[in-house]
Amino acid sequence: MDLAVMGEYLPRFGEAFLLTLRIGWAGIALSLLIGLAAAFIRHFKIPLLSGLMAGYIELFRNTPLLVQLFFIYFGLPKLGFTVSPELCGAVGLGLLGGSYMAESFRSGLDAVPPAQSLSALSLGMTRRQLFVHVVLPQAFAISTPSVVANVIFLLKETSVFSAISLMDLMFTAKDLIGLYYDTTECLVLLVLFYIVMLLPVSLLGRKLEKKFEFGRSGT
Amino acid sequence: MESIITDLGFDVLFKGNNAMRLLEGLLVALRISMIAVLISLPLGGLLGVLMSLKRKGIRFFGRLYLEIIRIMPQMVLLFIVYFGATRAFGLKLSPELSSLIVFSLWGTAEMSDLVRGAVQSIPRAQYESSAALGMNTAKTYCFVIVPQIIRRILPNTINLITRMIKTTSLVMMIGIVEVLKVGQQIIEANRKSSPNAAFGVFATVFLLYFLACYPISLLSRYLEKKANG
Amino acid sequence: MDKKNEVILTIGHLKKSYGDTEVLKDIDLEIKSGEVVVIIGPSGCGKSTLLRCLNGLEKTDEGRILLHGEPVDPKSAGIFRMRERIGMVFQSYELFPHKTILKNITLAPLKVQKRKKEEAEAEALALLERIGLSAHRDKYPSQLSGGQKQRVAIARALIMHPELLLLDEITAALDPEMVREVLELVLSLAKEGRTMLIVTHEMAFAEAVADRVIFMDGGSIIEEGTAEQIFHYPKTERLQRFLESLKFD
Repeated sequence: MDLAVMGEYLPRFGEAFLLTLRIGWAGIALSLLIGLAAAFIRHFKIPLLSGLMAGYIELFRNTPLLVQLFFIYFGLPKLGFTVSPELCGAVGLGLLGGSYMAESFRSGLDAVPPAQSLSALSLGMTRRQLFVHVVLPQAFAISTPSVVANVIFLLKETSVFSAISLMDLMFTAKDLIGLYYDTTECLVLLVLFYIVMLLPVSLLGRKLEKKFEFGRSGT
Repeated sequence: MESIITDLGFDVLFKGNNAMRLLEGLLVALRISMIAVLISLPLGGLLGVLMSLKRKGIRFFGRLYLEIIRIMPQMVLLFIVYFGATRAFGLKLSPELSSLIVFSLWGTAEMSDLVRGAVQSIPRAQYESSAALGMNTAKTYCFVIVPQIIRRILPNTINLITRMIKTTSLVMMIGIVEVLKVGQQIIEANRKSSPNAAFGVFATVFLLYFLACYPISLLSRYLEKKANG
Repeated sequence: MDKKNEVILTIGHLKKSYGDTEVLKDIDLEIKSGEVVVIIGPSGCGKSTLLRCLNGLEKTDEGRILLHGEPVDPKSAGIFRMRERIGMVFQSYELFPHKTILKNITLAPLKVQKRKKEEAEAEALALLERIGLSAHRDKYPSQLSGGQKQRVAIARALIMHPELLLLDEITAALDPEMVREVLELVLSLAKEGRTMLIVTHEMAFAEAVADRVIFMDGGSIIEEGTAEQIFHYPKTERLQRFLESLKFD
């Protein structure tokens, strides 16, 4: 392993890292929005929309991101929707993630025992107060571990961005290996950057899980 | 009607044996995932049982293996094995073999965690009450413990299969000609006669993957309901 | 407390079915201010359903429930105001797991009654003092024993100053050694002259606390009277059989 070579490649990997991170987190933010909206629609069984969301969730949970990206990036322009690789990456990740987040939030909402609602109602709370002060905080706490798991999953999924010619970490590694054959150095840098991207979230997730441990036992 | 089909680029599917070629491409990906599943289930089961034993060394290395495999994207693992093995050991691994190694390593890790969790979730009292009924160790495992473990891991194991299928789409990135690659070839070959083929072909691939995974997801959900209910 | 003998709750011809099963068949009942009424009866006799209906947590099919002449109707907009005036404590406590003990008690006064924070907290602390849990104010429900949780649930209902308190088998989920601490609290509330409607399986407690006992079976009120009459001189055969079924010898 040649440290000098690695130092030489570092700026290129750094740039690719920032790009991956930017699009990854944009996609994750989008996935949280989509997931919340879809979960509320499903939880409250809003007619028509609820069925539509169920279809969306199944479709995106049961197909690979790579295929979704190909469809959005190469297929949709034929209908007149041309998207940049960056936007395609973020939107694709957001749609994939939204379908996972929706299930996490919904199972959180569904897991709050109905008796909790009864007890809040017996104190004179309105439906809205009940939802805001009693159901939502518990639902979020219950969904936290699976939301964090989804975030990690989505950050890992960013590794297919290179397929739509985004110059992300994978693209950079493949490119440099192809050009100069410094395979070991490139692979080490690749792994290091992914660890930097994923380890903090993974550790944070474990911390959050502990923090929200109140309560599955004993109300 | 015909013009809509052409406008959306679905017409290429009816040209020559294009539809058949796409299906064959899907089978390439499915075959890799199925072989990886067949390798992962027994290996993962074995590792999971080992990890549920209270041996510090085994537990430590098992945990380490699991964490390393889990934190790396499968794409990165594919690169490491495909490019790295050549470099490190002078082995020239084919893309197929590389992907089989990676997906088996990954599947084994995930499977072992499922099995470990299930073994540890069986309450002590189950062993004790079996012993109290006069069962020996073999009978206890055969009639009491293993059936419970299987019931517990079945939904997630089947779910793991759909995850494997979805993940095999990555193999095109190391040059395996599977359904996405075949799709690209078809689009390329027909770019003059069907300029909109990209929509039709990739929409079809989208649908094909959905058709492959959705029934398995449904089965997993059904089993989960049955186990909980 | 206030004027004794004034009727505060009137239940008239109350009926309710789940599908084909009639759970409440034409219930008539009046509760006077300061009265402690205990409902006993076999499981599934409709006593818990009746309590839920009284708080508008279940829709009724027919009949009416009036609190001081105002209807308790889950379909009406005024139901939230009515529930403030009727407190309820559940078998499974149902404290809010994401809030500390103190915040469990102050949540409804702050959000529902829009009371001042200092004032609500001062009263909550006084209530915690009374139930002997001041030291636990900043703990979460999962850190408390069942008996402690149930006492907090009672305090949470009391802070709303309800005119009527409904207690639904509040000791049924407790370990035997914790039953006493909860029942003693309820007894002290009875001595203060609180109006309560209690569903319980603790017959000795029922006898000690009740001004009036009601025996329900199959969705109807079969017999009612003083604790003495019900437990020692049962008139109907069904009540006799029920009381007999509770004995071991």
